[in-house]
Amino acid sequence: METGKSDSEHFSIVEVAELSKKFDKMTAVDKICFNVRQGELFGFLGPNGAGKTTTINMLTGLARPDSGTIRIGGLDCTENPKKAQHLMGIVPDESNLYPELSGFDNLCFCAALYGMPKKERLVRAGELLETFGLKEAGNRKFGGYSKGMKRKLTIAAGIIHYPKILFLDEPTTGIDVASARQIRQLIADLHRDGTTIFLTTHYIEEAERLCGRIAFIVKGRIVQTETVANLLQPVQEKHIMLISFSASAKDIVKELASEFRDIQIYPVSAGQIRVESEKPVRAGALARFIEDQGAEVTEARKLNPSLEDIFVRITGIEVNAMKNEKEKKGGNS
Amino acid sequence: MRQWIAFWNIILKDMRAYYLKPPNISWGLIFPVAWTGMFFIKSGSGKESIPSLLPGVIAISVLFGTTSMLAVTVTFEKKNRSFERLLLAPISLELLMLAKTSGAIFFGAANALVPVILAMFLADLSQVAWMTVLPAVFLIAVASTFLGLFIAVSVSEVFEAQTFSNFFRFPMIFLCGLFFPIDSLPIFLKPLSYLLPLTYGADILHGAVHGKNIMPLGLDFLLITGFCIALFCISLRNVNRKWIV
Ligand SMILES: Nc1ncnc2c1ncn2[C@@H]1O[C@H](COP(=O)(O)OP(=O)(O)OP(=O)(O)O)[C@@H](O)[C@H]1O
Ligand SMILES: [Mg+2]
Repeated sequence: METGKSDSEHFSIVEVAELSKKFDKMTAVDKICFNVRQGELFGFLGPNGAGKTTTINMLTGLARPDSGTIRIGGLDCTENPKKAQHLMGIVPDESNLYPELSGFDNLCFCAALYGMPKKERLVRAGELLETFGLKEAGNRKFGGYSKGMKRKLTIAAGIIHYPKILFLDEPTTGIDVASARQIRQLIADLHRDGTTIFLTTHYIEEAERLCGRIAFIVKGRIVQTETVANLLQPVQEKHIMLISFSASAKDIVKELASEFRDIQIYPVSAGQIRVESEKPVRAGALARFIEDQGAEVTEARKLNPSLEDIFVRITGIEVNAMKNEKEKKGGNS
Repeated sequence: MRQWIAFWNIILKDMRAYYLKPPNISWGLIFPVAWTGMFFIKSGSGKESIPSLLPGVIAISVLFGTTSMLAVTVTFEKKNRSFERLLLAPISLELLMLAKTSGAIFFGAANALVPVILAMFLADLSQVAWMTVLPAVFLIAVASTFLGLFIAVSVSEVFEAQTFSNFFRFPMIFLCGLFFPIDSLPIFLKPLSYLLPLTYGADILHGAVHGKNIMPLGLDFLLITGFCIALFCISLRNVNRKWIV
């Protein structure tokens, strides 16, 4: 597996150039360009309505691009995605297997759609049920599965034909924490075993943990594409602190800024500020200064820099707002 | 080869998931029996009227058997998004739609057996040209399945598919010369009759069962085949336009 990797590393399985899509007058995807290299786990990170699903639909053949080009596995799929569909595994954001068939039959059917001979199908379906911890449920109808089980089986169905590139659309949205963790582990295992993966998500931690490279997409545009390591580097050299107190942050920020000129101060919420500095933050001095202004400091906490900071900086989107909106949406469905 | 494995398994899956389910089988049996009984009693005549009623009952059994299935195999699967799975599979759209309709065609054609077998017990069918009935039943099944497909692709809800297909089916009983000759229709309805594929299928059956066709059978065959091809092509185009956004 390791041998020959340097050759294949440069080979792009997905090559997208200037891809655009409008729905009526609304631009859903706006001239995006990116490559997914063989063997990599590429993340597509963005808030609701950013254009993630629309992009996957164009790549896989459920939507027609207005302009731009798509190459998958070296084949030009802009006009005719059918040509490369045998190379793709697709796991949509909602499970779309057949409720009236059992888990096992669903997998066998999906394998047959890709032309796998019967003997091979039966073996492969059994193996995947085992790998995904669904062996017991294999003979039960898919319609009766829990959300987490449904998602797992949908992923199993997506990889049943050994695809060269796997598209995962928000694989952990709308399921409980334990199932989400299992699914992340499964994704990591798949990637380790050599599957190239294109993953969309709005969970920053998920992208940070799983992906090698990330494209940030906002309102249909890719604002940055970078490896996670490179993204994190500038913040890792920073010292960040979160301070909470019993006063309005706005007034304090002004006072602090004039007193401590070597640090950056941002209000986070009514009684909370965020302090960033190239040098270690002098927490004691800060706290004393705030208390001198007549406020009581309730907490001062050092933060580990994360991708979240980068995301906020690049996109200008508050992460919590994005998450809450999404959970509301997921909770209803 | 790979495409044919997919093709065959789509048919098998639909058979198992939909067609061979007890409600469908009993529906397929009860419906033709009910129609046969109704027209038999209504006509008030004796057993000798059976050969003239048989073509209409065959056609109606096929028509209702096929069109109602497409609402499930296509509209329902589109609604719950499992149809996307098929669109994403490496199988051409033509072959995919053929696979989705083949089950309904065979199911509909099998429905025609019910009135035929019943009639065999009740009347003398020795002069029926079975070798003409057979392809006619098949073509009626194909035409009404593709009509069902056309409807299934035009709507997005299952109930819409049902309503919309009744909008076609019930008028067809009267307009296509199944039980009443087209000649007895009011003059302004006649052109409508000739726009419906079932008219030609029923005419073949009348000719084959009791020798009373109004058009040459060759022309009937040609026209109904033409309708099949046209309906299939329109449906394909609609899928391509509406479902690949
Ligand atoms: N079939 C469609 N018709 C009209 N508008 C659409 C269609 N599909 C998507 N859109 C619009 O395109 C934009 C991008 O949608 P898309 O589903 O790609 O976003 P997303 O990034 O996947 O969001 P989410 O996180 O909610 O899944 C949205 O504004 C959406 O309303
Ligand atoms: Mg989406």
